[in-house]
Amino acid sequence: MHPVRKKRIIAISSIVVILGLALALVMYALQQNINLFYSPTQIVNGEAPKDVMLRAGGMVVEGSVKRDNETLSVSFEVTDFTETVRIEYKGILPDLFREGQGIVAQGKLNANGTMIASEVLAKHDEEYMSPEIAEALKQSELNSTSSNTSY
Amino acid sequence: MSWTWFHKLGSPKWFFQFASRWSLGVFLSGVVLLLIGLVWGLAFAPEDYQQGNSFRIIYIHVPAAILAQSCYLGLGVAGFVFLVWQMKMAPIFIKSVAPLGALVALIALVSGAIWGKPTWGTWWVWDARLTSVLVLFLLYMGVIAIQNSLEDKILADKAVAVIGVVGLINLPIIKYSVEWWNTLHQPATFKLTEKPAMPMEMWLPLLISSLGLYLFIAGLAMLRMQTEVLNRERRSSWVKEEVLKNGI
Repeated sequence: MHPVRKKRIIAISSIVVILGLALALVMYALQQNINLFYSPTQIVNGEAPKDVMLRAGGMVVEGSVKRDNETLSVSFEVTDFTETVRIEYKGILPDLFREGQGIVAQGKLNANGTMIASEVLAKHDEEYMSPEIAEALKQSELNSTSSNTSY
Repeated sequence: MSWTWFHKLGSPKWFFQFASRWSLGVFLSGVVLLLIGLVWGLAFAPEDYQQGNSFRIIYIHVPAAILAQSCYLGLGVAGFVFLVWQMKMAPIFIKSVAPLGALVALIALVSGAIWGKPTWGTWWVWDARLTSVLVLFLLYMGVIAIQNSLEDKILADKAVAVIGVVGLINLPIIKYSVEWWNTLHQPATFKLTEKPAMPMEMWLPLLISSLGLYLFIAGLAMLRMQTEVLNRERRSSWVKEEVLKNGI
């Protein structure tokens, strides 16, 4: 290969590598700001500041959703399977909100470590299936658990 | 290994003749595949058990997002080739593909926002995936703006090549943003190493519309590059002959 071209390849590659490293360091330093939400573990460990707008995310705990009969108030717990955080919200929840679903809530933590949310967003995963398959899976799960319990 | 294909690809005349033979066919087969994939996906594929019919926008969103990244990868490689080997075709490629890439990136962003509103409950959040794709779109806009605003064409070619190469850093960030950070966006639908987490009647139309969009954009890119070749080589004898023989 021509020496001039070789020199150019080395120069360009090193520029890209150095810029990439610089950017990687910046992103590493700002990791907490790039993360969209705090996990329940971080909140329980006190890593999240109180009385500041922030987001908390996790899975809605089965059976933890309590709805107020008179108003739109709703309260539920989210978990990352290590710790749980209670979230209180007043408003209309997204269609995908349900128990066992990942959600991200924006709001402020109060002194008790409960989040007073002003916005609740639903996450979904990259698994898609048709209602029939989902139904069949549920059935087979039910069957296997009932057959297990019958022993 | 023979490098003749590499040198041939660098010759505007050879590329023009190659593209005149193939561009229309590639474009039309892209249109056909895209139509099959979209009609199949939007009308006949089963709906999602959680999201219902709003999940169908995946058949527009995912192909556009894949293409937005692929076009930029091409831009970056062409930029590198131009900076090292000064190949004439590389800046022609960059100039022709940048607006197409910007278009698919915009489609990915808009369709994602439309999908996000009913499923997540919001049009936009500043999470790592959404933001890095917005940066990708802005990089395309930067390439287009610089290419068109610099009077000195040689300087413009060099400048966009540099942006193309440097912007490559953004691609792994887009790809791994959903794994490195907490994001609202879900992980990738198509992975190279695993089967997609959906049944075949869902991913097959998605694959077809993705391939269709690839061919569609490739065909458009070749047509645009042909025009650009004629424009840049207008003083050479073969272009004069070509125009006299076949018209414009």
